This record gives sequence, structure tokens and C-alpha cells, in this order.
Amino acid sequence: MNTNRKITSTWLLWPALFMLVAFFLIPTLDILRASVYDPEFTTKHFVKLFGSNVYLEILWRTIRLSLIVSLICAVIAYPVSYFIVLRPRKQQIFFLFLVFIPLWMSVLIRSYAWMVVLGREGLINAIMIGLGFTDQPVKMLFTTGAVYIAMVQILLPIQIVTCYSAMSEIDFDLMRAARILGAKPWQAIRRVFLPLSLDGTVTGAIIVFMLSMGFFITPALVGGRKDIMMANLIEFQVNQLNWGFAAAISIVLLIATVISVFIIKRLAKTLTRRLVGGGSA
Amino acid sequence: MIERDVEFGASVTFDSVSKTYGAVKALSDFNLSIQRGEFVTLLGPSGSGKTTALNVLAGFADATEGDVRVNKKSILGLPPERRNIGMVFQNYSLFPHMNVFENVAFPLRLRKMSQAEIKKRVGDSLAMVQLAEFGDRMPNQLSGGQRQRVAFARAIVFEPSVLLMDEPLGALDLKLREAMQLEIKRYHKQLGCTILFVTHDQGEALALSDRIAVMGEGQIVQIDTPDRIYDEPNSKYVADFIGTTNIVDFERVSPSRVRFSDLDVEFELADSNKNWGEGRQSISLRPEKLHRDISPSDQMIIFDGSIEEYLFLGNIIQYSVKTKSGKTLLFQEHRGPSVPILARGETLKLAFSINDARPLDEGTHGSGLA
Ligand SMILES: Nc1ncnc2c1ncn2[C@@H]1O[C@H](COP(=O)(O)OP(=O)(O)O)[C@@H](O)[C@H]1O
Ligand SMILES: [Mg+2]
Repeated sequence: MNTNRKITSTWLLWPALFMLVAFFLIPTLDILRASVYDPEFTTKHFVKLFGSNVYLEILWRTIRLSLIVSLICAVIAYPVSYFIVLRPRKQQIFFLFLVFIPLWMSVLIRSYAWMVVLGREGLINAIMIGLGFTDQPVKMLFTTGAVYIAMVQILLPIQIVTCYSAMSEIDFDLMRAARILGAKPWQAIRRVFLPLSLDGTVTGAIIVFMLSMGFFITPALVGGRKDIMMANLIEFQVNQLNWGFAAAISIVLLIATVISVFIIKRLAKTLTRRLVGGGSA
Repeated sequence: MIERDVEFGASVTFDSVSKTYGAVKALSDFNLSIQRGEFVTLLGPSGSGKTTALNVLAGFADATEGDVRVNKKSILGLPPERRNIGMVFQNYSLFPHMNVFENVAFPLRLRKMSQAEIKKRVGDSLAMVQLAEFGDRMPNQLSGGQRQRVAFARAIVFEPSVLLMDEPLGALDLKLREAMQLEIKRYHKQLGCTILFVTHDQGEALALSDRIAVMGEGQIVQIDTPDRIYDEPNSKYVADFIGTTNIVDFERVSPSRVRFSDLDVEFELADSNKNWGEGRQSISLRPEKLHRDISPSDQMIIFDGSIEEYLFLGNIIQYSVKTKSGKTLLFQEHRGPSVPILARGETLKLAFSINDARPLDEGTHGSGLA
């Protein structure tokens, strides 16, 4: 009976498995192949990539930007999610609805919207000049800061939703239990709520991080010339028909992402253990 | 810091406590005095204000009116963490990210005890609930009964002045529940702590408590020892709630004569018993107080009935008996070789002593509960 059900339910996975193999695994292997066969076996693309400071700097900038964006998202999303989860049920749905609205628009449109807001003749400059804070428009568009602002705004809802759903799983009686056992409100949060919500926060941060690593429309539209990221580099090389080099960059980006995620998870685990920790109260 | 001057086992007083949530009166003029070391149970249906009473004592809800005192000192100004109260929640509320040892050590760490002291105390508490070997387990690796015992160990490890338990056995199956009842009784004997226990299960209340406070609509309807609550319910409400009983209506036809209309009999009160049932209109008559071996006396009320239905309850058999006026009563007998089982439709005479009939107040102190 039980094994029977197991066999039947395995079928449910097949479509997903097929998609994974056909549209992810095979292309990835193909890219891996393209990066080392051009047309004979060669390591020249990787040698070129790792031999150039320019490329390494772009790699490092991509990782750094993604880390900072996911950190900012996590820091903003945490109190917002906490606020929402404390509301009565009906209000929670309303606030989540507000969070979701931007997700209905494509990343491209939202990036363009930021151009309208941040540009020389944009909304913010118009207001600042109108109020007399400045008489020359301030350069905001095509700067690194613009990339941060736009990416945080675009990715924040994902972080909030992930964080919120983790928090809404937490039994609030646990906080009461902590209080009656002798914990002040902040101690109950630090020793009970924070460790229990950290998993969800880290999951959200990892999703945001991985999405950031592959971002290219937003940096291309609102960033400056030096805000080029790995994904922009890949696009550029593809346009130049340097398939082999583009493939090599893709592989490096993939591996860098996997390693970073692994490190983030490790750090989060240590942090949780610290928070729960024995020693001090 | 945490008050340490209260002893393990303190007296508790609710003094005219009211608590309203909007239009709902969860507690209204709630009065309760608990002695040091006493085991008192709040018994009542869902929504009668039991949890609210615990929440006011624990500091999770503010009293709208009145005062709550532990060892004669008001605690209403203190936040929960400074009340030194132990609490066992219905769903255990163990911290899922901490192992058993850390769960039990939690209140001790907050009290900044030394590592050695913590080890000793946690060890003692876990030994008491027979989980000494389980310190490394995570809560999700424990059975329901084991979680319950860890929750108990955690609640008493810091020697609270009072231990509160809100339907702590509600989530366990019957067998386990009965075993845990015995254990709780043993812990109470061993520790001598004051316990305020909440349940809607009258059997549990009868088995555990020194005193039972039966609650209805945010008030205590009757507070007494289990045997007195069972034998001498003061109202229809209590009689109905505790055990099974028959509610039988009566009226006075003359100063010394009552008529049980439901049984279609009249009864002459003895001179010594003239005030019986004054101002009341119904009695509680426990099914086991009815007999069919009738030895006529001036104490006995005898009436006719016929068997409608019967039910085996192990060594007891319970009959539904229809009286001449059409009322159905429950009647219980121990089974035995000399007690033949009555068949459906059989007619018989039943009797009960006037002393076993408890005249009842109508509502809950006139608050209109039926
Ligand atoms: N936080 C609250 N907000 C509004 N009403 C509440 C709240 N807590 C309890 N009540 C109401 O107070 C009454 C008593 O509830 P409670 O003390 O939980 O009863 P019990 O524990 O006996 O089931 C109920 O009518 C309940 O709906
Ligand atoms: Mg309750």
C-alpha cells in the first residue's frame, strides 16, 4: 500500500525532472563544453579571464554588489516582516498586497522608472531645484549608488515575502514562554524569535544574492560605465560572438555563486549558534 | 532582577478581578484565594475565562479592575519576567531550536546562575521527570508525553512561587493522559508547590485537585473539594458539569409536602427536615443514588418507571428509565451475580433517599446561566 503510493507519487516529479534536465542540466553542460572546447580542448578562455585584472575586478565587483544588496534587503525586510506578522490577519494580507504590487511590473520597466526618477531632469532633481536646495541638477543616474537603490527596490519584495513566511510559522506562545521564564522583551526576541526567523531571512538573502549575481538590465540602464557586471560582460561577449569566452565567464559566475552561497550558509549557521548560545544570557 | 524573596509555594489571591475585551467580559468580579502548596483547578467550558485568569496572573493580560496578589503582595505592576511564575502551556511551547537541556536551562541562564549550578538543577529536574538521559535530544525527537514532561521540568526548575498549567494534558491520548495525571500528582507531593491548573475535563479535575473552582461566564460558580463538588453541587450548572446526573423538578404543595412532578410522586418531609429545598425548584440526583432494592422508610422516595435502553460501562450498567410523567432518568448499578440485567420495556420501582437529592440553584449565582 505504502510502496504503491510511493511509486505512484514519483510520477508527479517527472515533468519537473524533465524540465530540469532538458532546460538546465543539458545547456549547462553544453556551456561547460563550449568553455573548454574551441574547437579543440583548450584552457585559453580561463587563462584570459584569470590573467586579466579587469575581468577579476568585474567578478569581485559583482560578488560585492550582490552581497551588499542582499544585506541591505535583509536589514530592511526584517523589521518590515516583523511589523506585518504582528498585525491582525486581515491587515497582514493588506500589507503583503502592498509589498507585492511592484512584482507585477517587469524589471525592465522598473529600471526605466528609476531613470525617470533619478535622471538629470528627473523627479528628484526637479523637486530639489524647485525647493531651492540646489540650482544645478545633482548627478544620480548612471552612478553606482543608482544601481544599489534600483536593485534593492526591485529585490526587496522577494526578501520580505520569504522572511515574512518564515516569521508567520513561529508560534508566538514561544515568546510568552520565554517571558514567563524570565526573559525581558528584547531577550525573548534575541534568544527565541531571532534564531527561529534567521533561517527564513538567510534563505531570502540567498535568493536575492543569486538573483543579483545574474542582474544585467538594471546595471546597464541606471549604472555608469564602470558599473559593468559579470552578466553585462557575458552579454557583451555574446554580441561579439565570442561564444567560448562567454561560456567561460558563465561557468566562473556559476561557480562563484555556488561557493558564495555555501559560505553564506556556513556563516549563518555559526551566527545562529552564537545567538542560541550557552554562555551569556 | 528577578524577585528571589518569594518561596517555592506561595499563596495567591485574585481580588475582585475583572477583565474585558471590548464588549466581552472574560472575567467579572473574579475572586479566588489559593493557599500555599495547594492544588486548585479551574474547571469550566471553553470560553468561561480560565485562560484569562491565568494570563492575568502571569502578566500576559492586564486586569481591567481588581488586584492579584502573590504572598500578599500585589504583582500587577510587574512584567511577566519578574513575577517568578512557572507555566506549562497546552502545546508545550518548547523552544524548537534548543535541545532538552538548553530548554530547561533557559530560565536559569536568564537568572545568571553559575554553570555548575545550572548543570545540577537541570539534572535534578530532568531526573524527576525521568528524562535524565534525554538532555541532548531536540524537542521534535520526543513523544508527546516526553515533551509534556520537559515542559514541566522547565517550568519548575527555577522554583517558581506558583505553577500554572493551562490544559496541559489536552493534546495527549487517554492512556497517556491518565498516566500523566498520576505523575503530576506525584510532582505536586514531592515539590509542595502551589499549582493553579486549568481543564475542561471534570474527571481530570476530580482526580488531581485539592479544590475545584467551577467557572461559568468569567466567575467562580462553586469552589470546593472534589467530593463536595460532586456530592453537593450548589447549582444546576455545576451538577450538570460534574459527572452525569439527573435534574428533577419539584414544587412545594404544602409547607411540609413536595411534589416531584417529573416522577409523579409526592413526599412528606420529616419534621426535622422542614426547610429542605426551600426556594429551589429542582434537584440533582446522581444515577448511582437510585436503587431498586426498596426498603421503605420515611427517607425514601419511591416511583415507577420502565426500562428504555441500557448501556454497559464495564462493571457498571447504566439504564435509561422512563417515568410515568414521561421524563427519562439515568440509573446505574454495579453488575454482579445477584443483580439480573433488566430487559427493555420491563417496569420497576426505583427509590432514592431524600438525603441524596441535592436541591439546586437555578443559574450561576443568578447570572442567568442554565
Ligand atoms: N485576546 C482576546 N481578545 C478578545 N477576546 C478574548 C481574548 N482572550 C479571550 N477572549 C474572550 O474572553 C472569553 C474567555 O476566554 P478564555 O479565558 O480563553 O476562556 P477559556 O480559557 O475558559 O476557554 C472568551 O469569550 C474569549 O473569546
Ligand atoms: Mg483556555
